[in-house]
Amino acid sequence: MGKVGIIGVGQSTFVRQYPGSIRELVFEGFKEAMQDAQLTTKDIDASVVCSAPEYDKQRSPAGVFAEYLGLNPQPTFYVETLCSSSSTGLKLAYSLVASGLHDVVAVLGFQKMSEISSAESQERMGRGADIQWESPFGTMMPAYYAMYANAHMETYGTTPEDLAMIRVKAGTYGQLNDKAAFRKGITMEMFADPENRMAGPVASPLRTGDCCANADGSSCVIVASEEKAKAFSKKPIWILGLGAASTTVNLAGRDLFTGLTVAQQAAQQAYQMAGITPKEIDVAEVHDCFTIAEMMAYENLGFAEPGQGKELIRAKETYKEGRIPVNVDGGLLSKGHPIGATGGSQIRTIVLQLRGEAGDIQVKDPEIGLVHNIGGVGLYGNVTVLGR
Amino acid sequence: MGKKKEVDDRFKKFGTVSFAAITKINDFVTSLEEGKVMGTRCTDCGMMLFPPRADCHQCLASNMEWFEVSGTGKLVTYSKLEYAPMGFKEDLPYSIAVLDYGDYKVFGRIASDVPEDQIKLGMEMKTVANELPNKQLNYVFQQIG
Ligand SMILES: [Zn+2]
Repeated sequence: MGKVGIIGVGQSTFVRQYPGSIRELVFEGFKEAMQDAQLTTKDIDASVVCSAPEYDKQRSPAGVFAEYLGLNPQPTFYVETLCSSSSTGLKLAYSLVASGLHDVVAVLGFQKMSEISSAESQERMGRGADIQWESPFGTMMPAYYAMYANAHMETYGTTPEDLAMIRVKAGTYGQLNDKAAFRKGITMEMFADPENRMAGPVASPLRTGDCCANADGSSCVIVASEEKAKAFSKKPIWILGLGAASTTVNLAGRDLFTGLTVAQQAAQQAYQMAGITPKEIDVAEVHDCFTIAEMMAYENLGFAEPGQGKELIRAKETYKEGRIPVNVDGGLLSKGHPIGATGGSQIRTIVLQLRGEAGDIQVKDPEIGLVHNIGGVGLYGNVTVLGR
Repeated sequence: MGKKKEVDDRFKKFGTVSFAAITKINDFVTSLEEGKVMGTRCTDCGMMLFPPRADCHQCLASNMEWFEVSGTGKLVTYSKLEYAPMGFKEDLPYSIAVLDYGDYKVFGRIASDVPEDQIKLGMEMKTVANELPNKQLNYVFQQIG
């Protein structure tokens, strides 16, 4: 079996409210990736569309996008794992190419969250949990992750200040990312000031500043067989490892509340497939839907021992110049989190890093990068290892 | 023509807002009305299941008996919500939590009369049936003593 490469990446600017329809939004990410790969639509053999349902009214969006993007009569279909939908899309594209069924596959992630109110959106996300046994209690994403934060703090002595440091880092790099929805710098003083919006309680112990915000956005990743990748691209980025895992939806079925088992398992699989250890990762994108999620990612990916994640951020080891730079594009916390588009945006960042095309946020000469993308409350875990 | 068939949709009474009405374990709601919180035990393999299920994934049997969630469980973790999803604003503030009973865990809410400064991870709590202000039913975790 030959290698599978990424030859084009693109994303729309992530915004609070996109002034257009979902097909127009998806066109933006697609166009950037197609221009990046210098392809025409007839070069694309199949497309995979990725999002979480019920934010817009369109059912079966794959057909609509194939029409709008000029990808008929090629096959197209839809996949969903909530916030990790486009990492799952990448895994499917890899399988389609590795199996020899198709040579070039476009992975299209999108979400237009602004069509509904914030409280409705919390209800939708809450219904990504167990609607029969959890949602009737009034659950929402920040509260679920807050339960992990509470257990992590109690077990390891992680503090609200440690979590705030992660948000400050995200703000540092969000300012440099012209695709990010939130480009303001964040300071520790904001978290310390009870009058400041950042310090406002959402679900204890998480504050407004600990949570990413909804956004509208699209992303596109174009995957190709080794032969096509070498023919089309001067700098193909190779998919070296893929891991994915699931766990119980209902938190009552889980044993670990200080980390995500799906991330541990997906990372293990991806490292094994790539034949590497965590030490060999030069740059990483992790799913920081909440500050605590990035803290747990440090530990679940093996960048730090369990409970030692706080030492990484305190020593600024996850900054651009540190031992393991994480989310130097501002992460979900600064970019915003358009559910189905997020994984593709993370992949785009790592591809640009490995090509040496990341501009102001370029990490020094990285060879191997990692993407950690989680769906739901640690429900679906996806880890992808990429290399030059 | 025949009479309209009666639909057993008792589950729509579960929680502030219910998102399911018809399930094979609807007796759970009738037990809640009687003040009892029940799980199911597989009579083939003995596995205790909470939330209750109609089917056992361990032995693929569907022979269940009810057991009462009794005694105390340890508070594994919780979070107090200051902001609620659509449909739950009237309940604010409230805390969601997980209790560990050893053989199974229970996801639910902490009773609204438990002062927050008395909530400690690891504390023993009990699960009790509860009627909500809107006459819906759920269960909550209470302090011991
Ligand atoms: Zn059984």
